[in-house]
Amino acid sequence: MVITIASLKKGQRGIIKEFSIDVVPLKLLEMGCLPGNEVSLVQMAPFNDPLYLNINGSHLAIRKETASKIEIELI
Amino acid sequence: MAKHINVALIGNPNTGKTSVFNRLTGLNQKVGNYPGITVEKKQGTCKFGRACKVHILDLPGTYSLNASSLDENVVIELLLNKNDKDFPDVAVVVADVENLKRNLLLFTQIKDLGIPAILAINMSDRMKRKAITLDIPLLEEKLQTKIALISSRKNLGFDYLKELIENYNQLSTKPCLNASRISPEYFDRLRKAFPNQDLYKLWLVITQDVNFGKLDRNELKGVASFQTESVSNLKRLQQKETVARYQFINETLKQTLHIDTANAKDLRSRLDRILTHKVWGYVIFFGILLLIFQAIFDWSAYPMDFIDSTFASLSEWTKNTLPAGDFTNLIAEGIIPGLGGIVIFIPQIAFLFLFISILEETGYMSRVVFLMDRVMRRFGLSGKSVVPLVAGTACAIPAIMATRNIENWKERLITILVTPFTTCSARLPVYLIIIALVIPDTRVLGIFSLQGLTLMFMYILGFGAAIFSAYLLDKILKIRSKSFFVVEMPNYKLPLPKNVIITVVEKTKAFVFGAGKIILAISIILWVMASYGPGNFNDAEEIITNEYASQNLSEEEIEMHIDSYKLEHSYIGRIGHAIEPAVRPLGYDWKIGIAIVSSFAAREVFVGTLATIYSVGSEEEETIKNRMAAEINPVLGGPLFNFASGVSLLLFYAFAMQCMSTLAIVKKETNSWKWPMWQLFVMSAIAYVVALAAYQFLK
Repeated sequence: MVITIASLKKGQRGIIKEFSIDVVPLKLLEMGCLPGNEVSLVQMAPFNDPLYLNINGSHLAIRKETASKIEIELI
Repeated sequence: MAKHINVALIGNPNTGKTSVFNRLTGLNQKVGNYPGITVEKKQGTCKFGRACKVHILDLPGTYSLNASSLDENVVIELLLNKNDKDFPDVAVVVADVENLKRNLLLFTQIKDLGIPAILAINMSDRMKRKAITLDIPLLEEKLQTKIALISSRKNLGFDYLKELIENYNQLSTKPCLNASRISPEYFDRLRKAFPNQDLYKLWLVITQDVNFGKLDRNELKGVASFQTESVSNLKRLQQKETVARYQFINETLKQTLHIDTANAKDLRSRLDRILTHKVWGYVIFFGILLLIFQAIFDWSAYPMDFIDSTFASLSEWTKNTLPAGDFTNLIAEGIIPGLGGIVIFIPQIAFLFLFISILEETGYMSRVVFLMDRVMRRFGLSGKSVVPLVAGTACAIPAIMATRNIENWKERLITILVTPFTTCSARLPVYLIIIALVIPDTRVLGIFSLQGLTLMFMYILGFGAAIFSAYLLDKILKIRSKSFFVVEMPNYKLPLPKNVIITVVEKTKAFVFGAGKIILAISIILWVMASYGPGNFNDAEEIITNEYASQNLSEEEIEMHIDSYKLEHSYIGRIGHAIEPAVRPLGYDWKIGIAIVSSFAAREVFVGTLATIYSVGSEEEETIKNRMAAEINPVLGGPLFNFASGVSLLLFYAFAMQCMSTLAIVKKETNSWKWPMWQLFVMSAIAYVVALAAYQFLK
């Protein structure tokens, strides 16, 4: 199974793998969501969406749909 | 000669940029719009000693120079246009010490444009608490700049920042990193095609979807159409650029920034655990909403009563003091009540913006967006629609402008279309006066006032109508657009009183001088139309005296009959009678009909209109409310404002699209007359049908 940001559990951390620019908007990249950076799940909203993440020290919320396109490696 | 310096304040959202601006300028600021667009332009001046005058422009917050919204376009358009009169001599890039990594991305971009840039690291008072240490001299060297450690909260470091601004010409203009290394080959081609241009500038012009109308055409002719790479290749290069910048930033910060995570005290996660909790999060949010409504209804009643009676006695005083005549009447019956109709909103608007600005300042608003996104999406909206819908409780105009940060066009359009359903402050006076008239002043369960609960119900009804129509629109509208959503969750902060006060003052002023002008103008027009009339109007005295000659009435009674005859035969009376057949099924008479028609200029005119009409009809000085309570239904007898007609009016105002200014802003934001017209007809039709049903059912 492919592990993405969407499969993180609360408190778990992972490292973002290489991804294609076509699925991840530039804005998210600029906010620190880049290959090699660490990501952890801080909190899930009710209904488990959106996800409140700590990416590279930035606190962001993104939707599960986007999160499920970004592969990670658990650490 | 005094030195004049143009400064641009630039920074990511949530870096406290505006508090830095407030600190630097004090109240010496001016808020307007950029020409042709509705992006707020904040500028101010301050003096450094006698010899140096500084003009400061507070640019909209942006994460990078890759613009994705109108607000961000403003930033890049200015920075690329050396001929603009606001083009900065020096840019002050405001960064948050806790988010330096992300904030520096924008800084490196600005450096690469060759604009002298000072890095102002804000919130430095939190460094100790967060166990952050910075090697400033080394960081200055790496970034080729000067750094001011500031704290707008504690007012630290501003003298040094001012000193840096004053000596801006000593700053290095060397770029931080060479962007062209992301694709040497491509940038080589670019250099050959435009030998005299700055490469990074060219690159921005090519990759941005910005209207560079103001740029010097000759200078950059053909740049935007320089297409030797496909769009997706350019996108890939943009990605590479971002990666390269972050590499540079990471290396730089590795040597200069140290965070001792073991010693960092984390308030954020503890607060987030409660405020974004699946149950408590919502409970707290609704608790806060309840508090806001309580404040608007209960607390502002005192200043409002005071204003109401002050204007009433002022009008009376004018009438008794100035010599009798048309001019005195105009002042006492047209202008003063008209002004009163504006001033009376100030307490409520101020309370509302007090709460909204506190919620935004603390960082809580982002949590609401996070909590509500999933729920809102079910109705075709976005979590970010919460802000416009909440702001819509003040005024739909800024609310519709606030939809700009919704990335998805369909979600944005739906938000724009349904926002006018939320209960704006202009509906509030209408609600307040009608609720006070038709809902008994009793307590439920001993604590909650029934009138307050009714008002809350009206707000819920507005939100409900907005959400329900959003749901329908989501099904009806066939627009495909890429869904994408990202919200920054800023740190929690105590709001700075100065920022809150400035926001409250600014918004209140905007209301008084913006909407207020229209209200005053309409009040005067209405007064004129009610005081003059064609034909029989001028013979009123004679007709009435003859008619009642046999009845032996007192002079006062005859006077009253004359006045009411005059009103009925005035211009406005005739218009009112003409539309009466349309509004009678809703339980209204011709006077309310006029008030509704004049409400299309702005809803709040309703109360002012009735005030004008009634004060023309009565010589005694009474408050508007008492006067309305005394109105008799001409057909059925009994009070005109009874439960059925009151509820019908409340519902009519809840649903009807009665605001020219909102229509204008929707046209501007959607760039088409289609959507505002759609709003006007659909909303008004709903209003008519619902009010009709309510009156006929309750009658």
